[in-house]
Amino acid sequence: MDIKATVLQILSDLTGNDVSGAMDDNLFDSGLLDSMGSVQLLLQLQSDLGINVPVSEFERSEWDTPNKIIAKAESLA
Amino acid sequence: MLTFEPYGNPTYFALLGVALLPLMIGILYGKRSRLYETLISIFFLVLTFGGPKWTQGVALIIYILYEVALTWGYAVYRKQHNSGPVFFMTVILSILPLTIVKVTPAVANGQASLIGFLGVSYLSFRAVQTIMETRDGTLKDYQVMTFLQFMLFFPTISSGPIDRYRRFEADYRSVPDRDKYLGMIQKGVRYIFVGFLYKFILAYYFGTILMPKLQIMAMNSRGGFMDLSWPVVGYMYCYSANLFFDFAGYSLFAVGTSYLMGIETPMNFNQPWRSPNIKDFWNRWHITLSFWFRDFIYMRLVFWFMKHRVFKKPTTTANVTYIINMLVMGFWHGVTWYYITYGLFHGVALVINDAWLRYKKKHRQSIPHNGFTQVFAIFLTANMVCFSFLIFSGLLDKLWFH
Repeated sequence: MDIKATVLQILSDLTGNDVSGAMDDNLFDSGLLDSMGSVQLLLQLQSDLGINVPVSEFERSEWDTPNKIIAKAESLA
Repeated sequence: MLTFEPYGNPTYFALLGVALLPLMIGILYGKRSRLYETLISIFFLVLTFGGPKWTQGVALIIYILYEVALTWGYAVYRKQHNSGPVFFMTVILSILPLTIVKVTPAVANGQASLIGFLGVSYLSFRAVQTIMETRDGTLKDYQVMTFLQFMLFFPTISSGPIDRYRRFEADYRSVPDRDKYLGMIQKGVRYIFVGFLYKFILAYYFGTILMPKLQIMAMNSRGGFMDLSWPVVGYMYCYSANLFFDFAGYSLFAVGTSYLMGIETPMNFNQPWRSPNIKDFWNRWHITLSFWFRDFIYMRLVFWFMKHRVFKKPTTTANVTYIINMLVMGFWHGVTWYYITYGLFHGVALVINDAWLRYKKKHRQSIPHNGFTQVFAIFLTANMVCFSFLIFSGLLDKLWFH
């Protein structure tokens, strides 16, 4: 499965926004993601892509834009 | 024997300057002397916990040995096994001393526990976090010596900022290059001087000069509706100003000193009074504490609730967890009705804040957003926060029950 497309789908379900036009925008600064959203993201990554990310691996600054999240997902898949 | 509150007076800073100088020259030449760092750490720890406070020193030593045994034991165990109950027991054991220290005054007429010492609350965060990351497998290479340095890092031992094991270790194991370190010295010195302004001028004025007067006036103006009066309002703002300048001042000393030692201890405050809402406030106020709660309580609980589908709706999960999270923070401050109410207040405030943010997102077109609404939001947030600090201050307890 295409990781990029899946992540973008998860993000758009979570934030209610299409983020594919702003791949380097900080999702936390814009208020689209928060701690709750981060956990939902981790759980979705687990169920959709089988990627297991412990909460303590989640360093916000490494997960704060769509591009970074895709890169993280690809490196962990 | 000489004894000090950390960063308490000019002599402490003079000693600090003298002790740090050889270390700084060493780093400038690309060298860290473990021996020297350990020696000055012990020196400053003895200054803080020795002399007339030797019982605290003994409590600290026993506490540290206990936490080393727990974290080391768990790290060894985790290499072979990973059972949930063992993990929970380890976490409970690691916060047991803190729990005893916090509960003792509530059940023993305000008497302090014998096993308490300055900093026990803050050290517990570091120990628990080490255990949790060991369980997650993100902390694989636990070292007793590093753990000791991390726990006993003297600039931050008494009241934080609360660093993270892996972050601290990375700084501690390396030496910043000269350009970077010169920048760190510059920042460190500036932090310490801003700290002087905050702690010894502003906090002194608000906390030592003004606050006792306002408290007497507030106590003398009792009798009205809920014993409230204008002096209570004045006290609320004065207490809030003191709390901020005192703690931000201390934090600047702790961070500044860390920088001089080549360790980038995270910042504790980031202009909290310009937060447009409570959620943002907790990203700016006592940051290392609120992020600790976010990462090790809030996110973990949410993860667990959602994985086990405890609540149907994500918003319910978020709301319940906000309340639990902030209540725990309240209890952590101490087992009194006003700390717990303070926690509950912020929990509820976060729930309302989130509901409002969701509503705003849905009705983006119809809700105005301009300079005026921004100023109003900041004003409202600051006042809500000051009100929560009035609860926190315990003045209401004095007004109503004494």
